[in-house]
Amino acid sequence: MANVFPKWVNTIPIKVIIAIVLIKTAVVLGVTYYATPKYTRVGYAPTQPVAFSHALHAGQLEIDCRYCHTYVDRSEHSNVPGSNVCMTCHSMVRKDDPLLAPVRESYESGEPIPWVRVHKTPDYVYFNHSVHVNRGISCVECHGRVDEMEVVEHTKSFSMSFCLECHRNPEEYIRPTEEVYNLDWERPQGADAEAEFEGFVHDWGVNPPQSCSGCHR
Amino acid sequence: MRIFLAIYLFVVVATLSILGFRGSTSTKPPLEVFPDMDRQARYKPQAENEFFADGRNDRLSPAGTVARGNYFNQQEVFSEDFEDTRLGDTTFLEGKNEDGSFVEKLPIEVTYELIEQGKEKYDIFCAVCHGAAGDGNGVTKPYGVLATNYHDDRLRNEADGYIFDVITNGKGLMLPLNDRITPEERWAIVLYVRALQKSQNTVAEEGI
Repeated sequence: MANVFPKWVNTIPIKVIIAIVLIKTAVVLGVTYYATPKYTRVGYAPTQPVAFSHALHAGQLEIDCRYCHTYVDRSEHSNVPGSNVCMTCHSMVRKDDPLLAPVRESYESGEPIPWVRVHKTPDYVYFNHSVHVNRGISCVECHGRVDEMEVVEHTKSFSMSFCLECHRNPEEYIRPTEEVYNLDWERPQGADAEAEFEGFVHDWGVNPPQSCSGCHR
Repeated sequence: MRIFLAIYLFVVVATLSILGFRGSTSTKPPLEVFPDMDRQARYKPQAENEFFADGRNDRLSPAGTVARGNYFNQQEVFSEDFEDTRLGDTTFLEGKNEDGSFVEKLPIEVTYELIEQGKEKYDIFCAVCHGAAGDGNGVTKPYGVLATNYHDDRLRNEADGYIFDVITNGKGLMLPLNDRITPEERWAIVLYVRALQKSQNTVAEEGI
């Protein structure tokens, strides 16, 4: 009886195995790399209706975050300033600049400027700005170096592990309350500094929740 | 097998070139797997709302009404024995006496905490134009903001209520700041401004 199968058929199983291994590796690597907020959220930098530069206002001029985001230390929501806040200076500075036309229009008509939201926690997450900034967690921990951004972009992942990382080790992120709005602050190193930070956590009664209901309430 | 490897390589390269790498900036909004969970139907601050004609969630007080308390003291306001001692207190809320003249002296008790609070708020809201020392040399000066220097006799002799009124309602080119600074914080700033004036206008013999 002649050979039913030609000889090359013998290599099929090994080829199939190699193909499956390759495809699985690619899919696993692809999903791990792409299907995470580190890829989907980080780098989001929408074009805003007015080309407001935080690098100029907060960085170069060192205007305090709370000049515009006034109620961040008292509210769960860090407010976006109304155009009257812009006009406190821009009624004098660059008062005829065409780039600021939407601001002037908004100030005169009362219609808000349609800013595009960059950072957003999903609605099933309870997040309160004031408890964080009043207990020594700086803006920079979640928003990055906004004072160096020409266009605001999403620099942290805002994934659950991102939150938990800090909720598990608050002493690694906590800072003196007077440095919270100083995004340029350099974290001192060494045993003394660590003891001080642990002291903050203890003295201020910082006990960040790690249970589900802490944030998903 | 060669064909498979070629396709495999092509798919990998295509994925990388289309999706790019982590951290690259994009103007496209982040992917939301369950948008109805990420954006639930509820009232959120500064959000849009189609129900109202102006499309805003945040409502202004209706005309002719007086707010009883606010977001920050609502717990207190809704408690059983709440009494609004500030309601109609023009001295505290407007810096004016009943006859409309400015209050001469701070209507609240002066404490170290108050002046600390004043410094904090001054550095946020006032120093930008008036300068950290109150001399009108703020960071915005080179850009054309004209801000008053506090260190002259006119301002040294003005009543405390006058400074309060300027913060509240603005004056000349200065816009009102009453949306960002509460009355108590305004008084704290008045106190700190007085301290700044004193710091630049004290002779050694006089002491404190």
